[in-house]
Amino acid sequence: MSTALLSFADIQFGYQQGNHLVLDGLWLEVNAGSVTAILGPNGSGKTTLLRLALGWLKPSAGKVLLAGKPIERYSRHELGRWMGLVPQTEHIPYAYSLLEYVLLGRAPYLKPLQMPGEEDVRVARQALERVGLQALAKRSVLTLSGGEKQLVLVARALAQQPRLLLLDEPTAHLDLGNKYHLLRLLNTLASQGVTVLLTTHEPEVAAAIASEVVLMRHGRVQHAGAIGETLTGERLSETYGIPVHVRQIDGRRFITWDVNGDGG
Amino acid sequence: MNPPRSTFLHSLRRHPSRGLLLLAALLVVIFFLSLFIGRYPGMVFLTPSRLAGDELAQRLVFNLRLPRLITALLLGMSLAAAGTVLQMIFGNPLVEPGFLGVSQGAAFGAAFSIIFFSSAAWLVQGMAALFAFLGLAFSYFLARKVRFGGWVLRLILSGIAVSALFSAGVGVLKFIADPLRQLPEITFWLLGGLWSVTWNSVRAILPVVLAGLLVMERMRWRLNLLSLEDDVAFSLGVSPGRERLLVLTAAVAATASVISVSGMVGWLGLIVPHLARRLFGADSRYALPGSMLIGGLFAVVSDNLARTLLAGEIPLGILTSLFGALLFILLMVSQSIKVQQ
Repeated sequence: MSTALLSFADIQFGYQQGNHLVLDGLWLEVNAGSVTAILGPNGSGKTTLLRLALGWLKPSAGKVLLAGKPIERYSRHELGRWMGLVPQTEHIPYAYSLLEYVLLGRAPYLKPLQMPGEEDVRVARQALERVGLQALAKRSVLTLSGGEKQLVLVARALAQQPRLLLLDEPTAHLDLGNKYHLLRLLNTLASQGVTVLLTTHEPEVAAAIASEVVLMRHGRVQHAGAIGETLTGERLSETYGIPVHVRQIDGRRFITWDVNGDGG
Repeated sequence: MNPPRSTFLHSLRRHPSRGLLLLAALLVVIFFLSLFIGRYPGMVFLTPSRLAGDELAQRLVFNLRLPRLITALLLGMSLAAAGTVLQMIFGNPLVEPGFLGVSQGAAFGAAFSIIFFSSAAWLVQGMAALFAFLGLAFSYFLARKVRFGGWVLRLILSGIAVSALFSAGVGVLKFIADPLRQLPEITFWLLGGLWSVTWNSVRAILPVVLAGLLVMERMRWRLNLLSLEDDVAFSLGVSPGRERLLVLTAAVAATASVISVSGMVGWLGLIVPHLARRLFGADSRYALPGSMLIGGLFAVVSDNLARTLLAGEIPLGILTSLFGALLFILLMVSQSIKVQQ
């Protein structure tokens, strides 16, 4: 047995029957306790992969295993306690307060008609504190900036107390400061045993926090493994089809590419 | 930042349960006062001492006003609660029970009964309820067949199409109706009113309406979850499709039952949920009960005016539309309706 927390075996998936497959013959193992970053061009199937991990989408062929058990054998509540999702963007229809919104993350712990109690409020407040927004608990989510909103979504996922955190391009709307805080938070979570699986368009984000990197292209995994083997200039160039260089200075990776360069 | 008049609103939002109690107390007081309001024996107010000695007054209060007030209360609570439910599960503040073919279906059923069977109250009400459900079922199955768009968009589009079909049907029925006998009845039903309410009609709708209200009330926190996008709701352990269907059925059952008695009463289901969110915040734990209480108050007061203002009865639907539309304009201008993209 491997230590894979989440594994995808020969996954096939298309959004409409008969149309082209978004994922075709995908194999992947996500190790427990890792921070795994999925990189790949637009349309390579990164978001689809996260939704399969969530159990929301079902593959037309192949198997998704969570802790060795097929994901469809878990109940919705169990899945909600196992993993939290931070979507790329989220339409928030009404002016909920931050606390009310984060409290929704307690749903998997409540019986069908049960309302959240004091303990749930405590967990939700704690989650808000971890993302640094406790002072705004009574504010309306609709008044937040894009970066703050993203942090609220992270807080809601934390209120689920998940063992696996799925994030879809979590840094896409963040300025440098917020990006720094979010990535630090993910680092801390990983050190506390939470497995983090995130997609990103920025190799720098992978370089900053990932222990493992997955490179996707055309609905398949091209390369996956420890960051030292996968986040290389050669492999990134191959994945994106453009010249990319990775330089290591003092053990840190710097990704560079030059639009004015000679293409090599 | 906010004008000073909003301090009351702020204190309500901070202590929503206190506000709800206050509103409930107000509703109880107005409900009992309303028993004494009317045009018998003199204008407007019947004194308790007169009630004690006058047998006709007693019969009037207990056999006519009381069932009518209960129905008005149930009508307001159901339409407002259903409006809140629909606005939550569709994540759209501009939806009301008139969507999904429910109201137009009921109107068609009532008109159909008046023309082809009889205008006996129980039959008109039964047909209205039946076609309200048919309207919902038709919208639902049509939405499943629509080949583009998300589930919410498909449901709303189907609801519009089904409503238009039934509304055209009502047009045809009005055209072929006997202009002296049937047409006035159809028109009056479409305008909405509670003048024909008896204890029998209360008994007929009470179980379904109470069950519907109870389901909505119990689900009120989960309505917040159902306002989220499907995949996000799923990630929180929710079965969005199944739970939406359950609470939607409760909303339509309550709505169909009350409008089968009252006829078309518009605007209440759209405007009251907005008022409730404004007073109690967006969280449906408080906004839904708030909506029920305000809806009940709105309907009881409107119906008092409908039966007292003029010597003849003013159709309730006209009054609720008038007040509702005015409130809507007020709310729009005061920027409390935030339609997000």
